[in-house]
Amino acid sequence: MTATLAPQRTDEPAPPEEVRRDLRGRTLDDRVAPLGAALGALALVSLLYDRLLPLSGVLGFVICWYVAFVALYALLSWYRHPSPAVTDRVAGVLIRTSALLVGSALATAIVYVFVRGAPALAHLNLFTQDLTAGPQDPLDIGGVLHGIVGTLIQIGIAISITLPLGIGCAVYMTEVGGRLSKIVRTIVEAMTALPSIVCGLFVYIALLLTFDIQRNGFAAALAISVMMLPIIARSAEVVLRVVPGGLREASLALGASQWQTVRKVVLPTARPALVTAMVLGIARGIGETSPVLITAGYTTFMNANPFEGPMVSLPLFAYTLARSPEPLFQTRAFGAAAVLMVLVLLVFLIARLAASGRRNRR
Amino acid sequence: MCGAETRYRKGLPLTDLIDRPRRLRVGRTLGDRVFRGMARGFGVLVLLVMGGIGVFLAIEAVPAFREWGWGFFTTEEWNPENGVLGIAAVLFGTGVIALVAMVLAFPLALGTALYISEYAAPRAKRWLIAMIDLMASVPSVIYGLVGAYLLQPEMVFVSRWIHDMFGWIPIFAVDTDPDAAVFAQSRYTASPIIAAIVVAVMVLPYACMVMREVFDQAPQGEREAAYALGSTRWGMIRSVVLPFGRGGIVGGTMLALGRALGETIAVVLILAPLFEIKVEILENGGITVPTLIATRYGESTGLQLSGLLAAGLVLFVVTLITNSIAAVIVTRSRSGASTEI
Repeated sequence: MTATLAPQRTDEPAPPEEVRRDLRGRTLDDRVAPLGAALGALALVSLLYDRLLPLSGVLGFVICWYVAFVALYALLSWYRHPSPAVTDRVAGVLIRTSALLVGSALATAIVYVFVRGAPALAHLNLFTQDLTAGPQDPLDIGGVLHGIVGTLIQIGIAISITLPLGIGCAVYMTEVGGRLSKIVRTIVEAMTALPSIVCGLFVYIALLLTFDIQRNGFAAALAISVMMLPIIARSAEVVLRVVPGGLREASLALGASQWQTVRKVVLPTARPALVTAMVLGIARGIGETSPVLITAGYTTFMNANPFEGPMVSLPLFAYTLARSPEPLFQTRAFGAAAVLMVLVLLVFLIARLAASGRRNRR
Repeated sequence: MCGAETRYRKGLPLTDLIDRPRRLRVGRTLGDRVFRGMARGFGVLVLLVMGGIGVFLAIEAVPAFREWGWGFFTTEEWNPENGVLGIAAVLFGTGVIALVAMVLAFPLALGTALYISEYAAPRAKRWLIAMIDLMASVPSVIYGLVGAYLLQPEMVFVSRWIHDMFGWIPIFAVDTDPDAAVFAQSRYTASPIIAAIVVAVMVLPYACMVMREVFDQAPQGEREAAYALGSTRWGMIRSVVLPFGRGGIVGGTMLALGRALGETIAVVLILAPLFEIKVEILENGGITVPTLIATRYGESTGLQLSGLLAAGLVLFVVTLITNSIAAVIVTRSRSGASTEI
């Protein structure tokens, strides 16, 4: 005979309610200490830098301020924290600021080009005319149309050469294999080390000098191709190699031939990553100046025929005008650089979209 | 060997019971044979083109090596009028600029990679990775323009400042008086340090990409273990992420060094050509192999052109060695060539 008894209440005080310890939160000290250190460093350096020490220049000031800031912050933390925490804080500051510095370097480069190029970009004729204007002509005469056309033609030829070759070679290296493919891979990897200027010099000697041809757009496209081909082949191979082997085996086990496996399984699986890799390779090709510098020749006139006469591209145009002492030419150079930057950004955006397509599919 | 089985299958000879791989004969379809043939054709074509370029460079460079022999590597001058060509100063200048660039780029790349993999919020991470990719694809002429027109005027004062403070160290010496009432600004322009800063910004994303990828692969369990033992975030990075990513750090840096060696346009836009072995990085003037080629190819014929190619070939070989070491180090730090499900 048992009866269920309710547990007897005791008058012990209830245990204190458990509070989750906040692992992520930042204390007031965490928040205010860097601010205080920054302000203190600013005050200290502005007192010492110009007035007491014989120093000058904005960049030098910033460097000194930063060093003082880190030192003050370490000192401030050292008052209240043990040494591992001080190291952690200082390391955190160094890492964050280095990322900040890198980000602002990129932002500065892009923004500066657009700011300096703005006077040229403001005139629509930049996009509709070639540069028949002299150095003294105002910015509403003359433009970079011939550069844009040249860039598009050259990169078009380079793409039509390197893309099939590069992807075909990558398919050979990953899917067919064999002893020869190892040699191909070694050579391709070695050629990615070829400095881009040497690509230009190669085409200059092997094509232009040997056959005594004037510099032209096709030679420039070939030089770009020589530079791009190993990059494209190698990045395509890397992308194809990460296609899971199990997928290939599954396809073969279902009776598909190797060609069917490559066409229906391997390439579709790798497509988004492949597109990204290709587009990034193309972006490199568009922006590269040095192979074009030697092979394309400089002209101020529109030339849409890649096989005859010099054909300028945007980077070469920007480079050539930037070396001129004329301020108006320099502004035009920045205008061309800004157009080039837009082109690269567009290409880059396409690459990103292709990459995000991969993410959605998963 | 297989005693248990023989007891039950007495009729069979022993040899049949040993597992042997079945011979698989792949009967390739016509399509497959065409496909394999074409793929092989592409591979061979690329091999011929790329190998041909390498052989061409080597052959064309032979006359220069034959003419000047070892003197080619020890002569500072590049003086075709007198028939004296040498790449000692050029190679030295290339090395100095690439090294200074790496000294500047390495801590920044490491810091940025650590920030992206360890500090950044997961949402920001994607954008930061895209930012580094973008940084790698910004054309070099743009970095060159920004370096020449924005950085250079500012760097004059910093260079003078460093010269003033640390001028007693040989590499920071400049042949002028920093304290003069009107200091010689032109002595501080077009210097290797300015070129090196620009090159550093250009190659930094390449190092950063490799490092970040390796840091991301650091095992989660070990990270948590470090935290559970009471480690701070930096303590965890130092004891887990950095040791794990050592291969990526070294490899990425070498890869970036390879890029730094071959950089042309940004350096041409900034550096004033000067054929001299010099370590004074703050002082006006210097020369690298790519700038040598870019500025001298037009006026060159015959032997001089061969000299330029030889210089390019030497640079290629140096870059190749750097890249190969980098590749070996990076692949060693990862596992497996292909991914399996």
